[in-house]
Amino acid sequence: MNIFANVGHLFLLFLAEVGRLTRFTFSAVTSIVRPPIYWRLLVQQIMRIGWFSLPVVGLTAFFTGGALALQIFIGGNRYGAEAIVPQIVVLGITRELGPVIAGLMVAGRVAAAIAAEIGTMRVTEQIDALTTLSTNPVKYLVVPRLIAAVITMPILVAIADSIGVLGGYIISTKSLGFNGAVYLKNTADFVTSHDVMSGLIKAAVFGFIIALMGCYSGFNSKGGAQGVGTATTNAVVSSSILILAANYLLTSILFTT
Amino acid sequence: MAMDTKIELRGVKKRFGQKVVLDGVDLKIGKGESVVIIGGSGTGKSVTIKSVLGILRPEAGKIFVDGKETTHIGGRAREDVLKKFGMLFQGAALFDSLPVWENVAFGLIQGRGMNRKKAKDIAIAKLAKVGLGSEVAQLSPSELSGGMQKRVGLARAIAADPEILFFDEPTTGLDPIMADVINDLIISTVKDLGVTAVSITHDMISARKISDRIAMLYKGKIIWQGPTKDIDNSGNEYVDQFIHGRAVGPIKMEVRG
Repeated sequence: MNIFANVGHLFLLFLAEVGRLTRFTFSAVTSIVRPPIYWRLLVQQIMRIGWFSLPVVGLTAFFTGGALALQIFIGGNRYGAEAIVPQIVVLGITRELGPVIAGLMVAGRVAAAIAAEIGTMRVTEQIDALTTLSTNPVKYLVVPRLIAAVITMPILVAIADSIGVLGGYIISTKSLGFNGAVYLKNTADFVTSHDVMSGLIKAAVFGFIIALMGCYSGFNSKGGAQGVGTATTNAVVSSSILILAANYLLTSILFTT
Repeated sequence: MAMDTKIELRGVKKRFGQKVVLDGVDLKIGKGESVVIIGGSGTGKSVTIKSVLGILRPEAGKIFVDGKETTHIGGRAREDVLKKFGMLFQGAALFDSLPVWENVAFGLIQGRGMNRKKAKDIAIAKLAKVGLGSEVAQLSPSELSGGMQKRVGLARAIAADPEILFFDEPTTGLDPIMADVINDLIISTVKDLGVTAVSITHDMISARKISDRIAMLYKGKIIWQGPTKDIDNSGNEYVDQFIHGRAVGPIKMEVRG
């Protein structure tokens, strides 16, 4: 087979996949506005996606804030600009690292769990069973997860922001010799609501991506245990890549005026 | 005996990629009749009933339920048609996140918006019908044996008093005694409820026992159908080979589907 045929074939497969994903997204989003809403499931998913992600997100944010403070101090030292640590830490965390780190951690935790659960339901015919019981599987399975992720991700990121700044504060005051009160004042004076809000907007978008890719991979899993494994991997990889791509896009939209 | 036609398939075709699974299936199922579709693995038995349920969409042909065409309907109209159906899946397809009673009551609570207390009472009554005590109601499906799961699946299928019941390989994977228990349950529920039943199986003992009429599917077509008592004198060599389970005959095993 010649190389053009191969490339063309791959390109067609890619387009078909994009088409399927677009259709899935459309049906998921239109299902959000149509009743009924399964409140019980929504609360359950908020607990699973939001509450149980707190330890992971909190810990990673803490260490990221600490490492960031250390790097800025060491780098800034070369120019005698080490005093800038609190300002850069809060900017870096709220604008970029808070949402991205939380997004990637939740993608690893939640997108994988969603894909494995829905994938298993697919291969054991539980999704078909939903249909035969006059229940729309997209409305029952996808919508609660999407709404829960979009609501909880900004909350998680707000918490990650605070813990990240706290991480920077602790490293700076305990080992870099900063005065605690001055550090906090510099942080508070410098950060704007736009910095924080932009991060929270990113978080909501990332939440949407995580739940969507988890559900999409699960719905389209084939075969038995191996198929579910592949779906889980696909969910984590595709949501992580999409989060990083969306992050760049959102940064360029939110910070160019 | 002149019977009203409950379900009719006319020239139904379905293929997956290059592989033709249904190649023009014609079948009429009368009201109150119990029809068993027999055929080897991969001959499209499941695809046939999933096409009737609208889980799969055929490329050509028409499907009628109660004289109304349902081939391409979706959304609310499909959900309304599905309220006439109950289905017992091969692996029972119970929702493992819900206790047994909520599985049985699922169609009542989610599909019909019944309040949970009332639905639970009905669920326990339906469990009793399939020979399960109320102590099973609180258990999780994973705590049950295969035969018990099938019974719960049957209770779920009949919970909303359907007019039509589908059984996908009801006895596969069960020991002979439990298989016979399930056969008896199927016969008694079909008689009690006066429903139309369509089963697919390759278990000839079960097929003979539960059916009024048998249809054989081979290479995507119905090649023989007739009253169960005529199955031994079908005059069809494919049917003879199948019901006697002979390796030698006109049906060749295809290793690759």
